Amino acid sequence: MGTKRTIYMDHAATTYARKEVVDAMIPYFTRHFGNPSSIYGIARESKKAVDAARAQVATALGANPDEIYFTSGGSESDNWAIKGVAYANRKRGNHIITTTIEHHAVLHTCRFLEKEGFTVTYLPVDRYGRVDPADLEKAITDKTILVSIMYANNEIGTIEPIQDLAAIAQKHKVYFHTDAVQAIGNIPIDVKEQNIDLLSLSAHKFYGPKGVGALYIRNGVRIENLIHGGAQERKKRAGTENIAGIVGCGKAIEFVTADIEGHNARILAMRDRLLKGVLEKIPHARLNGHPTERLAGNFNVSFEFIEGESIILWLDDEGICASTGSACTSGSLEPSHVLLATGLPVEISHGSLRLTLGDANTEEDIDIVLEVLPKVVSRLRDMSPLYQKAANDGGGNV
Amino acid sequence: MYSETVMDHFKNPRNVGEIENPDGVGEVGNPVCGDIMKIFLKIENNIVVDAKFKTFGCGAAIASSSMATELVRGKTLEDAWQLSNKAVAEALDGLPPIKMHCSVLAEEGIHMAINDYRTKHGLVPWEETSPHLHEHGEDPVYQE
Repeated sequence: MGTKRTIYMDHAATTYARKEVVDAMIPYFTRHFGNPSSIYGIARESKKAVDAARAQVATALGANPDEIYFTSGGSESDNWAIKGVAYANRKRGNHIITTTIEHHAVLHTCRFLEKEGFTVTYLPVDRYGRVDPADLEKAITDKTILVSIMYANNEIGTIEPIQDLAAIAQKHKVYFHTDAVQAIGNIPIDVKEQNIDLLSLSAHKFYGPKGVGALYIRNGVRIENLIHGGAQERKKRAGTENIAGIVGCGKAIEFVTADIEGHNARILAMRDRLLKGVLEKIPHARLNGHPTERLAGNFNVSFEFIEGESIILWLDDEGICASTGSACTSGSLEPSHVLLATGLPVEISHGSLRLTLGDANTEEDIDIVLEVLPKVVSRLRDMSPLYQKAANDGGGNV
Repeated sequence: MYSETVMDHFKNPRNVGEIENPDGVGEVGNPVCGDIMKIFLKIENNIVVDAKFKTFGCGAAIASSSMATELVRGKTLEDAWQLSNKAVAEALDGLPPIKMHCSVLAEEGIHMAINDYRTKHGLVPWEETSPHLHEHGEDPVYQE
């Protein structure tokens, strides 16, 4: 095949950079390439551009510009927030609270800190992937210094009750960090109103460039530096600024937060039609994640008796870009830690398919997936010994 | 990540299905690990005259089943037993290191089917000379 047009449905993995964003970036590679730390004319242009982007990010979050620090992306922001707060506050306590469904940038950072003498509580989630605020309340001790809970999950799209969780942290005078990498542009955020102390974001998840992100640090938060060196980012994050990337990040967040409601309405209509169609056409399929409290573009469904990588290879053959929580795409023994945390049986977790819709998708894309996917599932089930067993055992409408 | 041969055997798998009244059946793997292979053999005069499979698993698992059944067809049981996972992987023009266990599964499936035949015929099952571990690596799932 290969002649088919590409249907990109993996926007949670990364997005293309919007043309206006790239256009805004270009001059900062060639003309305004000066180092903002220098004092001549072209350097002043770079400095101005960074300041403008900082203001754009601040506006999108309801923060002050001097609370925005540019980084290399979501992973650095998460590492900085967690390690930085942990090291700066270890005299106050050594306890951190997070959840079982965080991105590895948070989970692996917490594991690292456990080796450094910190204690970490991993809060469970319900079958939809939601954290219970009562569990957070119970987990906080007088040694707790930080709570880190993602705004919305990258795999199953579940949106966490951030405002309630942050309010509990605030009541106990514990810093609250949220990895909002998947939330930007999909959920309206106001860090002041929502009592968020630290927030991570990454530009390539919202139609900006890769390699740039930001950490919002509320003024007054005690935090150590992660990257030591020069005096950039008000002496908090060393390294010559990624000017073009920062410009792109600012431009992209301005675009993506301009009309969140309108964007969501369009995406949600497509996602719901896709979901309804798939669940109607394909038996032994179940939705993963919360039915309503979920990102508009997220579709995550498990198909019993088949394995996710096979589904994705077939979809790829039809030009459809998708992803899975199956172990087989990674070489790890365990499938997605997120699906397992929701209590989904391991064998069913292997058959999960994630489609994440975004600005590039059209109603026609949905039609094509609805036509292709049932055939793919049925072809794979026909060769699955598990499907045959289920039929022999009288497994209903197999 | 997969060779053209792997993709060919994944997309156009040879010998999918079951054999009615098979002479030997082998089922290996585990749904928890994400792969199960079921191999069916038809054996006449010590020769594998037909081989079929059903597989739950990734692209490499399906391609390995397809290739392994192709390779044992027409072989004597002794020769079929000699089919190694490396030979399956080589015939597929290679497998990514983390997918080598799929070829191991194919070898084990063939062995189990042959021994099923031998047991049914009152023969002593052959012993595995190189026991394999069905092992995987340890990388995170979503790299994004």
